[in-house]
Amino acid sequence: MKLEELREIRERASKEMGLRKGNARAKVLIGMGTSGIAAGARDVMAAFLDEISVRNLTDVVVTQSGERGLASSEPVVEVHVDGEPTVVYGRMTADRARRVVVDHLVNGNAVSEFVIEVRE
Amino acid sequence: MQRRIDVLVCSGAACVSAHSAEVKTALAREIDARDLADEVRLVETGCMGPCELGPVLLVYPDGAFYIRVTPEDAAEIVEEHFLKGRPVRRLLWESPDARRIAEGKKLVPFFEKQQKIVLSNCGEIDPETIEEYIAVGGYEALGQALTESTPEALVETIVASGLRGRGGAGFPTGLKWRLVAGEPGSTKYVVCNADEGDPGAFMDRSLLEGDPHAVIEGMAIAAFAVGATHGYVYVRAEYPLAIRRLNHAIDQARKLGLLGENILETGFSFDLEVRIGAGAFVCGEETALIASIEGERGVPRTRPPYPSSAGVFGRPTLINNAETWGNIRHIVLRGAEWFSSIGTPESPGTKVFALSGKVVNTGLVEVPMGTTLRELIYDIGGGVPDGKALKAVQTGGPSGGCIPADRIDTPIDYESLRELGAIMGSGGVIVMDEDNCMVNIAKFFLEFTCDESCGKCVPCRAGTRQMLDILERITEGEGRPSDVEQLRSLGETIVATSLCGLGRSAPNPVLSTIEHFGDEYRAHIEDRACPAKVCTALIRYGISAEACKACDKCRAVCPVTAIRGTPGNPPYALDAEVCVRCGRCAEVCPFGAIRIETGAANRETQGVGGV
Repeated sequence: MKLEELREIRERASKEMGLRKGNARAKVLIGMGTSGIAAGARDVMAAFLDEISVRNLTDVVVTQSGERGLASSEPVVEVHVDGEPTVVYGRMTADRARRVVVDHLVNGNAVSEFVIEVRE
Repeated sequence: MQRRIDVLVCSGAACVSAHSAEVKTALAREIDARDLADEVRLVETGCMGPCELGPVLLVYPDGAFYIRVTPEDAAEIVEEHFLKGRPVRRLLWESPDARRIAEGKKLVPFFEKQQKIVLSNCGEIDPETIEEYIAVGGYEALGQALTESTPEALVETIVASGLRGRGGAGFPTGLKWRLVAGEPGSTKYVVCNADEGDPGAFMDRSLLEGDPHAVIEGMAIAAFAVGATHGYVYVRAEYPLAIRRLNHAIDQARKLGLLGENILETGFSFDLEVRIGAGAFVCGEETALIASIEGERGVPRTRPPYPSSAGVFGRPTLINNAETWGNIRHIVLRGAEWFSSIGTPESPGTKVFALSGKVVNTGLVEVPMGTTLRELIYDIGGGVPDGKALKAVQTGGPSGGCIPADRIDTPIDYESLRELGAIMGSGGVIVMDEDNCMVNIAKFFLEFTCDESCGKCVPCRAGTRQMLDILERITEGEGRPSDVEQLRSLGETIVATSLCGLGRSAPNPVLSTIEHFGDEYRAHIEDRACPAKVCTALIRYGISAEACKACDKCRAVCPVTAIRGTPGNPPYALDAEVCVRCGRCAEVCPFGAIRIETGAANRETQGVGGV
């Protein structure tokens, strides 16, 4: 093995450890309270994780939160992008999740039709 | 599917003893049961530091820090936190003084004041996966050293960094490297001294368990710098986990071509072997360690010749302590100037300490040199528990000394500690409060060195025995007026006439307590009193007639029926002649009615409560 190959291993392996670095550009917070889960938050989270992984977005962290009180709009998802207002999406589905990843996280445009709140 | 949670399970020896493996198994089971295995990964790491609170878990990306986790907690953590995103607050670290819940590692004062260089990977990476070490920059220093640097430049970098040996004496590491590099011949050795023998010290063990590759990489860099092709890591058999992880790491490094022939295809070859010691304290002394590596009995020999010219099998040998090795890759990567900017000008860098004794947060900590003992004990250690008063701090183990509480603003560096009659040592720090008897502490350490003396030199073999006899006499209440002077004279003679560091430092615990706590020795000898009420021969138990409520608890637990009385008819009486001073009655009395008397007060008031 040469030094270049060592550096390639580092490149690959450090992606595996991205969660521990805390240098995420964006954070997707999925409401996983009882009503969120009942409304399908697990599928929404799975779709987010899958789409983020397919697109190799190593600087996006997916995490969960408890109930936010908007039971009628569950599953609720918050998207925090560094330096931008927080966008809250409601009535999410797996398909909608994939669109949020592409439009919002990749291209930087919030998907206005699903937005229920924008917080500075 | 992308992973969204990394759970770091501390698998340092202390957490393993506290059943961290069972916790990990339970977590894995719960994660599988909820079909989260693709999203949540469990990673076993080395020691995270706060051993007192183990088993500990660190959850990323949110940084939640769980303490004292049991297998029964696993379901709740997985369900509430990993699935629903609600950290289980009852298990999160709660700072005992501020009573605030810290939801991230950085908020915990225990971590806040520390600066982790040597331990930067301990508790952060999986020590059994070389890829994780590589991911955080591992073996980059070796790669750069082999391809972009020269042996001479590397030696001068270490000299310029000012790094000093972390094993205790503080000899400049770079000078050792220069000496070995300057020796002729093609067969040279590098050795890692991980024969950590001080009671209460576990710095080297934690490093080997938590980041074994850092030691391997440091040794490989040194081997290139001084022209060695073979290395030994000398570890004691009492550290089975460290040995297993180290051997595993060596195998992994060999497979990737980071050890063995033609490392990183640069033509440089170096390989490592683990030598397991039987745990003799004297084998931490370098010439005894070398003898043990060679298969001989571990006994020190005279120096010169120093190991740098005639070490293992008579060849030039570079011996550094495990923690010293752990510093090397950082210095190579970030430069001598960076390193010397940390700590103090005379003692640059950081030092790892094993904090134990009467302190709230026991565990493993790393602080810049020059940090005061006060910061170490109060800010990081959380102070003395139960509102007791700090009495002394013992540094350097059986070779070190006791520093009195009024000197705790002393900065921690080699010279400052030596001035106080203590030493840096390998990094054991034992905190003592008002309930510790300093004479008894000195006796404890001397028992250790007396037992561990290899027997080669008369002053150490017979002299420590003499000192121990005197200390036993004093704690038995048979002390003579000349005893302190006798101890001092014996101690000074042993220091002056012993061959190796064991004998030369063995009297330190006695000499330093005589100097700083002379009044306790006098109290034992002249008043037959133990002010801390520890030495059983000098204390007497009694029952206070006013406080006794005749609840009968003391009588029920007394193993020798020294207590008499009728329930509901106070006071009870304690027969001091029958009493064996086990202290059980004082532990169970709900009213604090059991009084412990010592010295003159003991004689005047014996049989309080009437016999």
